[in-house]
Amino acid sequence: MKARVLHIASNTFREAVRDRVLYNLIAFALLLSGAAVLVGQISIDIEKLVVINLGLTAVSLFGIVIAIFIGIGLVSKEIEKRTLYTVLSRPVRRWEFIVGKFFGLAGTLVVNTFFMAIGVFAALFYVSHKFVRADALILIALYFIVLEFLIICSLSLLFSSFSSPLLSAVFAFALFVIGSFAEDLRGFAGMTHGITRWLVSGAAYLVPNFSAFNVISSIAHEQPVAAQLIWHNSLYALFYATMALSGAVLIFEHRNLK
Amino acid sequence: MNQRRKVSIIAGVCLVFSLAASAVILHRTDELRPQATIEEVLFLSSPKVLKRASLGYDGLLADIYWTRAVQYFGGRHFQNARSYNLLFPLLEITTQLDPHLVVAYEFGASFLAPPPPNGAGQPEHAIQLMEYGIQNNPDNWKLYYNLGFVYYMNLKNYQKAADAFERGSKVPDTHPFMRLLAAQMAQHAGDFDTARMMWSATYQNSQDTLIRANAVEHLRALRVEEDVTRLQQAVTRFGERTGRLPTSMSELVSAEGLPGVPVDPDRHPYKLTPEGRVEVRVPDDFPFATKGLPPGFTPQPKFHSQDQ
Amino acid sequence: MPAIEILGLEKTYLVGFWRKRPKRALSPLRLTVENGEIFGFLGPNGAGKTTTLKLLMGLVFPTSGSARILGQEWTDPEVKAQIGFLPEQPYFYDHLTAHELLNYYAQLSGVPAKERSRRVESMLQRVGLKDVHGVQLRKFSKGMLQRVGIAQAILHDPKLVFFDEPMSGLDPMGRREVRDLMEQLKHEGKTVFFSTHILSDAEALCDRVAIIHKGELRGIGAVEDLTSSVQGKVEVIWQGTQIPTSMRALGAECHVTGDTVRAIVDENQQDAAIDALRRERLRMIALTPVRTSLEAYFVEKLQRAETTAGRTT
Repeated sequence: MKARVLHIASNTFREAVRDRVLYNLIAFALLLSGAAVLVGQISIDIEKLVVINLGLTAVSLFGIVIAIFIGIGLVSKEIEKRTLYTVLSRPVRRWEFIVGKFFGLAGTLVVNTFFMAIGVFAALFYVSHKFVRADALILIALYFIVLEFLIICSLSLLFSSFSSPLLSAVFAFALFVIGSFAEDLRGFAGMTHGITRWLVSGAAYLVPNFSAFNVISSIAHEQPVAAQLIWHNSLYALFYATMALSGAVLIFEHRNLK
Repeated sequence: MNQRRKVSIIAGVCLVFSLAASAVILHRTDELRPQATIEEVLFLSSPKVLKRASLGYDGLLADIYWTRAVQYFGGRHFQNARSYNLLFPLLEITTQLDPHLVVAYEFGASFLAPPPPNGAGQPEHAIQLMEYGIQNNPDNWKLYYNLGFVYYMNLKNYQKAADAFERGSKVPDTHPFMRLLAAQMAQHAGDFDTARMMWSATYQNSQDTLIRANAVEHLRALRVEEDVTRLQQAVTRFGERTGRLPTSMSELVSAEGLPGVPVDPDRHPYKLTPEGRVEVRVPDDFPFATKGLPPGFTPQPKFHSQDQ
Repeated sequence: MPAIEILGLEKTYLVGFWRKRPKRALSPLRLTVENGEIFGFLGPNGAGKTTTLKLLMGLVFPTSGSARILGQEWTDPEVKAQIGFLPEQPYFYDHLTAHELLNYYAQLSGVPAKERSRRVESMLQRVGLKDVHGVQLRKFSKGMLQRVGIAQAILHDPKLVFFDEPMSGLDPMGRREVRDLMEQLKHEGKTVFFSTHILSDAEALCDRVAIIHKGELRGIGAVEDLTSSVQGKVEVIWQGTQIPTSMRALGAECHVTGDTVRAIVDENQQDAAIDALRRERLRMIALTPVRTSLEAYFVEKLQRAETTAGRTT
């Protein structure tokens, strides 16, 4: 059982990693890190600030794009290409397929982030000529970014389990945007009453909440991150991804693969 | 078929459980970082940059910042905060993104100018905001009204207030009382009636809950001040006549021929202390009153009728 | 124990956007496939062949009914270790090589690690794919992909294989090879269930066939039995413009084209037709079967179905 999940995961990884689109996106992200160096040179004081802000934002945004575009294809593409039929004609459970796909994609994203992060650190070293203790905060920011990826991944997979690639991309992207403003949504819920309040609050807890994950600006100003926040965010990502994956498994279990 | 059902049940349970868990964690995380969003929001420095970055969706972004401004103020006010440093930047960003969001200017007039804990204590910023609003909405009389309001209420600069009301009275479709207010400033600026007129105007012409609640509280306080002043004068007259203080409110009422036991806006009778002071029964209910309070009493700045 | 027992599998879809209307893809099907036989599942496009296969594979859930595969419930995942499936016109993971793909499938089918590379290698040989080391699947032609598909279906040595249109996309050489392979599988004691709309293949290969049309089973039986009930036709072409009376007496349709005549007679009148030409000393140019027997049977069954349904053509 576990062996099959692992095999599916490594196969997903291999297939994703060889897709040229991936390399283009990584290259672009690295390019942005390079650009950050140039932009920073406009004003000496904020050089480092710009590199960190722009670099990490690039990692975050490109990662989200990768997560969405590879994620949506995970199930839809397999149905289109009928590879799914040959896989499911073997003693593979449907849920193993979903879980395996998730881990494969997660692995791909972690590796991507690693390479893109190298770009950021390289740019940083170029402008600062040394690393300071506070730069370790960047790793925390990257960790949070990876957690965001995992959440988006699980959502992509969820949508991919029942809708077409295009719609899945739209939904996943929409949820990413809404998730960035989820905190405002909850604030708005606090200002309403009655049924509206229940509905809006429900929605606010259902969408992914990314506000707590974005520490890019604060670590750019070398502000420390509370250890409790790291713990909370990790748990949140774990539970949210589990929720989305459970949904994906549930849907996929009952889907007629026409 | 059993397999499918088993998997479905497990997946279903997992889904519900993790949804609940994620909601709980989210709640806890919120408590960890109460104002974090607002602070990091403003790391994005100038409003002009934000406007560029908003890719043309300024309206939506303005609404979001407006919501944040209201939350910021409301939340801190509830906690009796003594500083509201971020209120002006938030309102500034909001109005830069959407210069026609009139309610934001009104909010600034009501809450930027008054001293803490009822406001940010930054009347100059309030003036700045109103002038910006007038610049972008020259035909909206409300902005002139709010400008005059700030000059009158917080800066006590009746001349400038009159000027503002005068400017506003010339705007097409202006409210008839603008001319009236301009005239009042000249002679009766310090009167209760003028103040009452202003707060009533604010109340009637705004839809925002907080602004209205604030206006109501001020009106109530005005009533109390009027009543207490009147009653205190009666006590003085009584003292001049009889050479002593009245022993009770009812004695004062019958002696001075007052039309019945005086009651405050909550219909509680005013009380008369042995030292001859007229006080309200429940001082907490009148956060803006300056008279009729026990000595040394500091009001809790809560809007009386607010349900939070 | 039969290899496959289909016990009333039925599938009805609901189609439409606002008001869902039921569309019957498969009426309750009852069918048995014996061990060790090559069974052909015939029908025109859209008849329900692929639906049946998908139902058996558990890709689609039936509206009612059940099935047993190799004696076990068709939904049992473990039974899948003993079956192989080739879907119609498959593509595969673009960026993998054939070796990697087959290795992946072998992993999923539970082939022990030690065995895998040997099996993969021998499978590729068997389906005629040489020199494909390091070539990504997206560079494969349709025919090559079909071969890979067959390889993945048999590499774990299943007892029962399901092929959906196995000949599609293949050139005549390829089709011949696939036919030979299916014969081999039968000799190895495996059961083969394949669907096709090409009757000549079925006629050549199958022990038994079933004909399905618009979701309903129209006929089932051994090929010889079915074909013996229907006569095929032959076409006779001879030099000249003369039509012997005896030919006409056979009830033949005759067409004169230039300086040759073409006549269509029943298969069993073949000898009589040749005699007729010989008596008149006419030179016969060609004698070719026009319709195969199975095709005749097929067409007849379908036409009958159409008329009973009260529709024209």
